[in-house]
Amino acid sequence: MRTPKKPKLAVFKLASCDGCQLSLLDCEDELLAVAGAVEIAYFLEASSRIVKAPYDLTLVEGSITTAHDAERLQQIRKMSKKLITIGACATAGGIQALRNFADVAEYARVVYARPEYLSTLATSTAVAAHVPVDFELRGCPVSKAQLLEVLNAFLNGRPPRIGSHSVCLDCKRKGTVCVMVAHGTPCLGPVTHSGCDALCPSYTRGCFGCFGPSASAHPSALRPALTRLGKTDAEVARLYATFNAAAPTFAAEHQALAPKKGPAA
Amino acid sequence: MTKNARTIKVDYLARVEGEGALTIRFKGNEPKSVELVIFEPPRFFEGFLCGRSQLEVPDITARICGICPVAYQMSSCHAIEAAAGARITQEIRALRRLLYCGEWIESHVLHMFMLHAPDFLGYPDAIAMAKDHGDLVKASLRIKKAGNAIVNLLGGREIHPINVCVGGFYRAPTAGELRALLPELAWARDTLAEIMPTLAGLPFPAFERPVELVSLKHPDEYPFNEGRLVSNRGLDIPVRDYERHFEEQHVAHSTALHAVHVGHGPYVVGPLARFNLCFGELRPFAKRAAEAIGLVPPVMNPFKTLLVRGVETLQALDEAIAIIDGYRQPPIARVEVPTRAAVGMAATEAPRGTLYHRYRVGADGLIEEAKITPPTSQNQKSIEDDLFAIARRLVEMPHDAATKLAEQTVRNYDPCISCSTHFLRVRLEHE
Repeated sequence: MRTPKKPKLAVFKLASCDGCQLSLLDCEDELLAVAGAVEIAYFLEASSRIVKAPYDLTLVEGSITTAHDAERLQQIRKMSKKLITIGACATAGGIQALRNFADVAEYARVVYARPEYLSTLATSTAVAAHVPVDFELRGCPVSKAQLLEVLNAFLNGRPPRIGSHSVCLDCKRKGTVCVMVAHGTPCLGPVTHSGCDALCPSYTRGCFGCFGPSASAHPSALRPALTRLGKTDAEVARLYATFNAAAPTFAAEHQALAPKKGPAA
Repeated sequence: MTKNARTIKVDYLARVEGEGALTIRFKGNEPKSVELVIFEPPRFFEGFLCGRSQLEVPDITARICGICPVAYQMSSCHAIEAAAGARITQEIRALRRLLYCGEWIESHVLHMFMLHAPDFLGYPDAIAMAKDHGDLVKASLRIKKAGNAIVNLLGGREIHPINVCVGGFYRAPTAGELRALLPELAWARDTLAEIMPTLAGLPFPAFERPVELVSLKHPDEYPFNEGRLVSNRGLDIPVRDYERHFEEQHVAHSTALHAVHVGHGPYVVGPLARFNLCFGELRPFAKRAAEAIGLVPPVMNPFKTLLVRGVETLQALDEAIAIIDGYRQPPIARVEVPTRAAVGMAATEAPRGTLYHRYRVGADGLIEEAKITPPTSQNQKSIEDDLFAIARRLVEMPHDAATKLAEQTVRNYDPCISCSTHFLRVRLEHE
């Protein structure tokens, strides 16, 4: 009897820090089991072995910042039966999307002596802005537990059990004391997507929005509370202008509050 | 096909962090030029750091690299503290060393066993290697996990830790939390020490190239966060003078800037440099393990960085155990960092080498200018020089073997292309 063929897994990287795909290699206890359940067909960070497309399940890390990557992404989509984006870069453009609100030519001059050698787009955009995406996993970085859950779900043909509520709810579930109420620490927990298991408040730190906006986030409703705790408009604008700066809900808030010249001015 | 009309071309270099390309041009059997082509899309961190609060910097710079975020956080914090004139406590200093131990362990073990060892044993990856060397791969994953457990506890998570701040930590762990890590750390240290002689028996290509080695050096400790910048060719300067001696050049084929030692040329940072320059400061456990396999300075074979990383991992495991043994939860986890108009510089030793940061801060505490020099941009020219030196050997070899050796030569440096600014394409061209 022939053994059934294992599904082919591919991992691609666009503009990013490598951290989300590294999350897979950081699953030290589960890595060999995952490698047993799938055929790792394309994962350059981990293997020099490349198996031809099509791929059953493709993970994409990173955002689109060059014309070359925009083209590559079209190819990746054609080669992939299911495409999942992993992390804030792929789902919201990442921190490099700060360029969307500034003059990219000016950034290039600050960093590079010979900006004419560079080829880059004026914007950093999410994968879903270019091709249809089957699931978006958030986080900067993604959570290992959620990554394994998504892989498990897709390999078994069921929807992933990933909530879209706010970090606030996770603090209540864990029994973490509210840092805003108890310590007066400004916190984006009320508007931020769950996934980190309410990590920062458990370290007595306010949430800073790594997982982007939750499904029903209203940053403008949180604004008075942040102001009461001493945050200026410019500071609140900067809180939203980080790893998910181009996620529409966060972008609207920092653009409403930012001093004239962009989020980081 | 005639020999001198041959074109060797590989489209992707795997098992490096990030993506780039490599072109070796031959005229006949003579190598003409080597270009390590990095076209990782530029992300402009130094640009968007301007206008941010000095306190926001470590969370932002961590995102430059998912493999070594701790290094970015450490260099950022120290540079900003230098600008502000803030001094951290001995307890915070020890916790920062402990956090760095965690990152060195997980990063070095990832590179040694998952990225580099498959080259020596002839596998495409660690998973294929696990079919024949299951115990080795399982042990390496467990050692890696012991390092990640430190970063996970002390940093809050392995990738982009959240507990690090300018001035120290948001929350110092309890002694009990840290002690719980000890059994695995001790197991990891003793297991890796047992594996080292096996690693020493790997087939290391005979290859040495004289080169300037640069690292931090501290009188009492193997370097992490402090020390003077020294080299094997007489350099001995305070970190604040870095930019008077080192310069970054922008070349057309790369989005990473190439660094050179002004008046001296290319140089190497990282495990090989630290080992040769700071062997005397290794902890006795790590030093004995190195001596037991005959690994003593000078070690100038970049392929042997696999062993050097092993020694540095033992160093980090042994030091982590010592720090935890002596730990008492400090009364304060962070010191106040004042705001003043000033410039601050710092260099720390990332797993891949010296990571230099400079920030100019305004009186309002906002960043006015940022400069970041990652290890890979400092090593890039030396990687090209190694390839140039080994190219004559490549030309004599069968296509597949030549390609593999070229890739392995690059991998010796554990290049982090995400850091240096993605896509390594290897191409050997013959005219």
